[in-house]
Amino acid sequence: MHGSFSILPLRADGLTYVIRGRALVDNVSFVVARGTRTIIMGPNGAGKSLTLRLCHGLLQPSSGSVTWNGAAQVNGRKRHAMVFQRPVMLRRSALANVVHALSLTRFSSADRQARASEALARFGLAELARRPARILSGGEQQRLAMARAWALDPEVLFLDEPTSALDPAATRAVEEMIEAFHADGMTIVMTTHDLGQARRLADQVLFLHHGRLLEQTPAEEFFERPRSEAARAFIKGELLW
Amino acid sequence: MQQENAFTTALNLILSGDAVLGEIVVLSLAVTLTALLVSAIIGLPLGAALALARFPGRSFLVVTFNALMGLPPVVAGLAVYLMLSRSGPLGWLGILFSPSAMIVAQTLLITPIIVSLTRQVVEDLWGEYEEQLRSLGSSRLQAIPTLLWDGRFSLITAILAGFGRASAEVGAILIVGGNIAGYTRTMTTAIALETSRGDLALALGLGIILLGITLSLNAAAYVTGRLAQKAAG
Repeated sequence: MHGSFSILPLRADGLTYVIRGRALVDNVSFVVARGTRTIIMGPNGAGKSLTLRLCHGLLQPSSGSVTWNGAAQVNGRKRHAMVFQRPVMLRRSALANVVHALSLTRFSSADRQARASEALARFGLAELARRPARILSGGEQQRLAMARAWALDPEVLFLDEPTSALDPAATRAVEEMIEAFHADGMTIVMTTHDLGQARRLADQVLFLHHGRLLEQTPAEEFFERPRSEAARAFIKGELLW
Repeated sequence: MQQENAFTTALNLILSGDAVLGEIVVLSLAVTLTALLVSAIIGLPLGAALALARFPGRSFLVVTFNALMGLPPVVAGLAVYLMLSRSGPLGWLGILFSPSAMIVAQTLLITPIIVSLTRQVVEDLWGEYEEQLRSLGSSRLQAIPTLLWDGRFSLITAILAGFGRASAEVGAILIVGGNIAGYTRTMTTAIALETSRGDLALALGLGIILLGITLSLNAAAYVTGRLAQKAAG
């Protein structure tokens, strides 16, 4: 999909994000290898979303660094994309939303239309192409946001609780899309508080608590034999904050 | 009794398609709509830029534009008069006491309204869209057309506010236009003049037309805006 050279692995080194004297992300280090699915878990306020935003470049770390293998931007095209908890759609058609995203990259205007249509068709959204994006249902909007991210052909996709506002059917649809992206070779980094979802999707788990990374553990091991006391409590549903 | 007669005469003037009345109405609309167009061309991008740009003195500019929304028309008229008068810096244009001067004065009056309201709309939208747009790789500059287009329904209100201000004011165009019959006489200046001269019929007729135009324009904008918004979500 991206030829031989890759922006991965992604390395976070001593990643710290401080606001008003409080370290909301505190000296977090981890590695994301190519083609893997990393699920960031942890109770509310653990710093999951902030960690994603730091990796995606929406926030600048107070200290520490995020390093990609080589340039994370090639020909003005960002090679990692993000899907948010609540999709933000522009007041235009579903198709035009994807075209708009592509217009911010170096896709030529002829390619944009074709690529956008391909993205909608690939994920069963072709019928919605002409519909105004903002009157679609929450599930449809999130699937559209996923298709929009796919159209950008990123090597890494960050997802911030992509299904937490969705009903079970829409959640399943989004999970299927994540699986399809992964099958295409895309690397996934996602936060969720849904344990079932994490079990279904994770290759490795990053467990955060109070801004600190307590473990980076292969998924099977994390759910069977978590290394930290907090993770054990979290899996039992006893650790909420 | 006189008022009643004046009202009947006014209706007669309107219904008979009086030529003088028609001329005044057409000139008024031409001046105001041209000023509105120029103000929108300047004010929409400027307001959006002011919403997104971060530079020292930005707050000062924001407050200044907000304050200029309340610029008294006579002061705007006086400023334009001084600029365009024979000894003024733009006196060589020779447009004082012409419709062009009136357009300049009204543009000066309503541009701050469009700038300030646009800034507010775009700032609010940016709050909602910022993460998504930055994630997609959009710079603030690239976000300007996107946000103006997405704010189009709210921006109609900004444009209407500008139209309302321009069509209602008399001070600025009276000073720089001079209320010359058949040349720079508009609905508002004519109403002021005819009322003081006691020709209530013409004044009243013009008043009715002015109200009617303002009302139907706002109603049309409201209805189309609502329908379009419903369709676009």
